[in-house]
Amino acid sequence: MDAEPRYGFTQIAMALYTIVYREIHRFLRIWVQTILPPAITMTLYFVIFGSLIGSRIGQMDGFDYMDYIVPGIIMMAVINSSYANVVSSFYGAKFQKHIEEMLVSPMPLTIILTGYVIGGVARGLLVGLVVTLTSLIFTDLNIQYPLLTFAVVLLTAILFSLAGFINGIYANSFDDISIVPTFVLTPLTYLGGVFYSISLLPGFWQKVSHLNPILYMVNAFRYGILGVSDISIPTALGIILIVIALLFSYCLHLLHIGYGIRT
Amino acid sequence: MYALTIDNLTKTYDNGFDALKGISFSVQEGDFFALLGPNGAGKSTTLGIISTLVNKSQGNVSVFGWDIDTHARMAKQYLGLVPQEINFNQFEKVEDILITQAGFYGYSRHRAKTQAHTVLQQLGLWQKRRDRSRDLSGGMKRRLMIARALMHQPRLLILDEPTAGVDIELRHSMWHFLQQLNEEGTTIILTTHYLEEAEQLCKHIAIIDEGKIVRDSDMRSLLNEINQETFVIYLKNSLTETPDVPEFALNLIDEHTLEAVVLEGQNLNTLFQCLTDIGLEVVSLKNKSNRLEQLFLRLVKEDGR
Repeated sequence: MDAEPRYGFTQIAMALYTIVYREIHRFLRIWVQTILPPAITMTLYFVIFGSLIGSRIGQMDGFDYMDYIVPGIIMMAVINSSYANVVSSFYGAKFQKHIEEMLVSPMPLTIILTGYVIGGVARGLLVGLVVTLTSLIFTDLNIQYPLLTFAVVLLTAILFSLAGFINGIYANSFDDISIVPTFVLTPLTYLGGVFYSISLLPGFWQKVSHLNPILYMVNAFRYGILGVSDISIPTALGIILIVIALLFSYCLHLLHIGYGIRT
Repeated sequence: MYALTIDNLTKTYDNGFDALKGISFSVQEGDFFALLGPNGAGKSTTLGIISTLVNKSQGNVSVFGWDIDTHARMAKQYLGLVPQEINFNQFEKVEDILITQAGFYGYSRHRAKTQAHTVLQQLGLWQKRRDRSRDLSGGMKRRLMIARALMHQPRLLILDEPTAGVDIELRHSMWHFLQQLNEEGTTIILTTHYLEEAEQLCKHIAIIDEGKIVRDSDMRSLLNEINQETFVIYLKNSLTETPDVPEFALNLIDEHTLEAVVLEGQNLNTLFQCLTDIGLEVVSLKNKSNRLEQLFLRLVKEDGR
């Protein structure tokens, strides 16, 4: 028996690097499908909601409407992109069965998960950066709390990459990977305070809005940029971290039992 | 040392189907081992469990002494898998598939690239290294599957029907390559429906049927069990009826073709002599069917009774 383990820390790090390299290379290779569309969509939001309609709305929480919606729109792009990257890549690997390349290798399951999440975060942050630069055409961004802003966008990208991973595991067809974004993610994002302050809602709907996790991310991010928020920032960060911990554990559980990937 | 040990392995799928009913066998290091069986016998399930793609219900599997449950990481380092279905990323380039695979086993990109170049040349894929994998021909895809499994230089290579759908020329070149690999020390486990392939390549054989091992022995002793062989004999002469040769059971197929059953203890010299004595000239002869094929069918039939 070979007593000396050959698959140590260096090999594990190299395996993680391999997945991350492949994931980033994948979405950069098809940038016309992965980076450009959100940039165009978000530019339209800036033009239509920010410039055209926003000029009639006036101010929101003491800011021009354009300034108010910019953080939410950036966050919406980050959420959609990080989620879409992981769900499409992981389901693609399942569909073509090349997920088996990883499963038969000695790579720990945690590394597979981490690799996909880093890929999702990378795309989320890159798209977020592109949308942020686009927003500079329409407004000046004076970021109040840069560290907090970056922390929130990073954690949000991690959270939605994990969510995308779960969707990828459960998906049995390409339809399944578009159902959640269409019927869950988009409504929650729109109702998560991207375009309005929840203080405008009646009391009951304000309470209902607090059940929406995206509200916390959008508001924490908006606080980082503008310094205003509908909710408490420590609460928002706490909720984001708890959800990440729960999703990460659940992803690992699904990988360990081999749900959807082993028979 | 055993490259693979399987002990009382069972697998019951969620729909209640018992794919494996407590199979046990071992594969010696350096062996070229055939796992044969009809469709649905449990071959791919067994290979799936060894490579951890299928969850077992009960039993133990160890690779070079490492249990796949308790020391999965160690066991997997020794293992290379060539699955039955094409399962690489169809959008990636040939070379990238190999480099990525080596990366999963902890190879740096530089080292992986060097190894990829070696393997690509060994398998005749060098000219195609920058092509997208989906653009390869069927045979080249099969070779890419083997190349990928060899990237981390496994000591145990599992091949699940590697030559299915491959033309005869390529099949022979793959046989040559696998034989060479085995001679260099790689233990190989092969499943195939081409029994000629198993007979040509393998030293040991296990036959699985309905989730049970019905025979596990070395190839030579298994073939020795064949107590009769049927030959097709092509004659120069033209015949209208079956010639009378009491020592052998003959059957006239057409005016120039005879079928002869040669029992254990008899030999072809005697048969030729008998035919010559009655004025018949043999042009050529061949086995009616592959020897292993006859045995395989008999064993599977016996098991089914």
